[in-house]
Amino acid sequence: MDLNQLEKIDDTTWQVNPHGAMQVPAIFYASESLVSDMDEKVYEQACNVAMLPGIVGASYAMPDAHWGYGFPIGGVAAFDPAQGGVISAGGVGFDISCGVRTLMTGVTRQQIEDVKTQLADALYHTIPAGLGSTGNISLDDKAMDAMLSGGASWALERGWGRPEDLERIEEHGCMAGARPDAVSAQAKKRQKKEMGTLGSGNHYLEVQHVTDVYDARVAEVFGIRGGDVVLSIHCGSRGLGHQIGTEFLKQMVASARDYGISLPDRELACAPIDSPLGQRYLGAMRAGINCALANRQIITHLAREAFSRVLPEADLRLLYDVSHNTCKEEEHEVNGTRRKLFVHRKGATRAFGPGHPDIPPALRSAGQPVLIGGSMGTGSFILAGMEESEQRAWSSACHGAGRAMSRRSATRQWHGRQLVDELAARGIIIRSPSMRGVAEEAPGAYKDVTDVVDAADAAGLARKVARVEPMICIKG
Amino acid sequence: MTNVAPYWEHFDHEADIGVRGVGATLAQAFEQAALAMSAVVTPLENIATDQAVAIECNGDDPEMLLVDWLNALVYEMATRNMLFGRYTVEIENGTLTATARGEIVDVQKHQPAVEIKGATYTALRVTQTTDGQWLAETVVDV
Repeated sequence: MDLNQLEKIDDTTWQVNPHGAMQVPAIFYASESLVSDMDEKVYEQACNVAMLPGIVGASYAMPDAHWGYGFPIGGVAAFDPAQGGVISAGGVGFDISCGVRTLMTGVTRQQIEDVKTQLADALYHTIPAGLGSTGNISLDDKAMDAMLSGGASWALERGWGRPEDLERIEEHGCMAGARPDAVSAQAKKRQKKEMGTLGSGNHYLEVQHVTDVYDARVAEVFGIRGGDVVLSIHCGSRGLGHQIGTEFLKQMVASARDYGISLPDRELACAPIDSPLGQRYLGAMRAGINCALANRQIITHLAREAFSRVLPEADLRLLYDVSHNTCKEEEHEVNGTRRKLFVHRKGATRAFGPGHPDIPPALRSAGQPVLIGGSMGTGSFILAGMEESEQRAWSSACHGAGRAMSRRSATRQWHGRQLVDELAARGIIIRSPSMRGVAEEAPGAYKDVTDVVDAADAAGLARKVARVEPMICIKG
Repeated sequence: MTNVAPYWEHFDHEADIGVRGVGATLAQAFEQAALAMSAVVTPLENIATDQAVAIECNGDDPEMLLVDWLNALVYEMATRNMLFGRYTVEIENGTLTATARGEIVDVQKHQPAVEIKGATYTALRVTQTTDGQWLAETVVDV
């Protein structure tokens, strides 16, 4: 991205002043090198978002922003329904509520090393991963609607989880206002056999060990110590979310003109929040959030089963579960007054600062855990929401590394088998149904997540707490 | 018009992948774009084409029709747990009727690299090139 188009506010804040149809500025939070490495399309997309009706504050881009669909991936934008604000299917994305949850295991690195291969195999055989893999759970119509209304709480009622899991999930594991009736029969059909499956692409389940602790006080509140072993799950709402995204994007493209919305890009298709279509999407998208929460809850249960067979000493306790493709109704302060806004986070994580009432009491003093996934060979990070993040971008932070290279280039550069062997030599076991899939997700095809996390910390989006490195990676 | 054999190819997108089909007719370009999408998942020669699935979509705008067509295939792939290796498409007055031929996914045999989440409107283009060929392309989210 050409830095001459941007006004430098400070070392990690870059602004595009409103021009043309932009109603608000576009603000990029990133270091100079991250911003200059961003594609020109990210600039264009962030500016396009700033043109949408009812946008409040600015169109924000996180340090890991990259070229997305209408919205940049790593885009945050809030809309006020009272000012004609809109909701956008592209602003949420296809994989509704895709997210990360991290569990403490209570065992040491050595304990894992002793059974690493058996554990990798047990996890791989227990948790379906990749295209064409279906779970053992099949939902009939009634169960499907109950799942879409109940999220992780529904999963718990079915015996998949522990009661104490719920308070460690955003929305206590159940997104209110979900409307299963707004979800099409096609979307439900796509999900029928996909509960408790990991999916493919950049989705994974990893056993990781804590290599560094940067903030001892917050780490203690989170219960993290150097050398601890954690389990992280990255996946979303599977076929259901994808189908909801596809269908509503199409409807929003078709209806934009009727709502008097001129779209700078078709993919920015949106509808007024208060319109029938906007409300229907909101209800369907919330059902999609519940689907993702239920899915991660079932995978957690399966992971616990796999651990109990191989390493019964382990006790998998949920640290936290974050979503990074959502639109949520939240109260924020705008020029001194509290307002209800609909905050889109497309490839961005909510990051409430210390004291926020939505953070579980045990963690509240430290800020909300923000879980940042790296690529399979590199580290991932645990961060915490900061006081300042509210002023920066409606309490939002980055979500991952972002790709540095296309899938095509990655497969030209690496072979899956060779990568698996190289990672094995470094003590990282990969289990995946597809060697080409592994090559497409090669660690070198991603940006260095460390730079992204450092920028998020420096920009006041989220505080760096700890770093983890994979020991086992199950890849879809 | 120069007659070039229909073909497909992929093009780069930062996070995902672009599918491009080129042919003498709009229908051929759509067939090729669909082959490009199948090839995102697994090499086409891996897919047996014993089972046929009929597909129909409607739309006056050829670009919207391309996205509908690819998304109809994504849906059939997901709900039938199939991969398709051959397509026959006819387009008349905004109505697309097609047969997709393929087989049930066999993870050992196909080693599917990724699952397609959906076809998007990003870099979406359906057009006739100066040499009279039809080109149909868009980015698919994986």
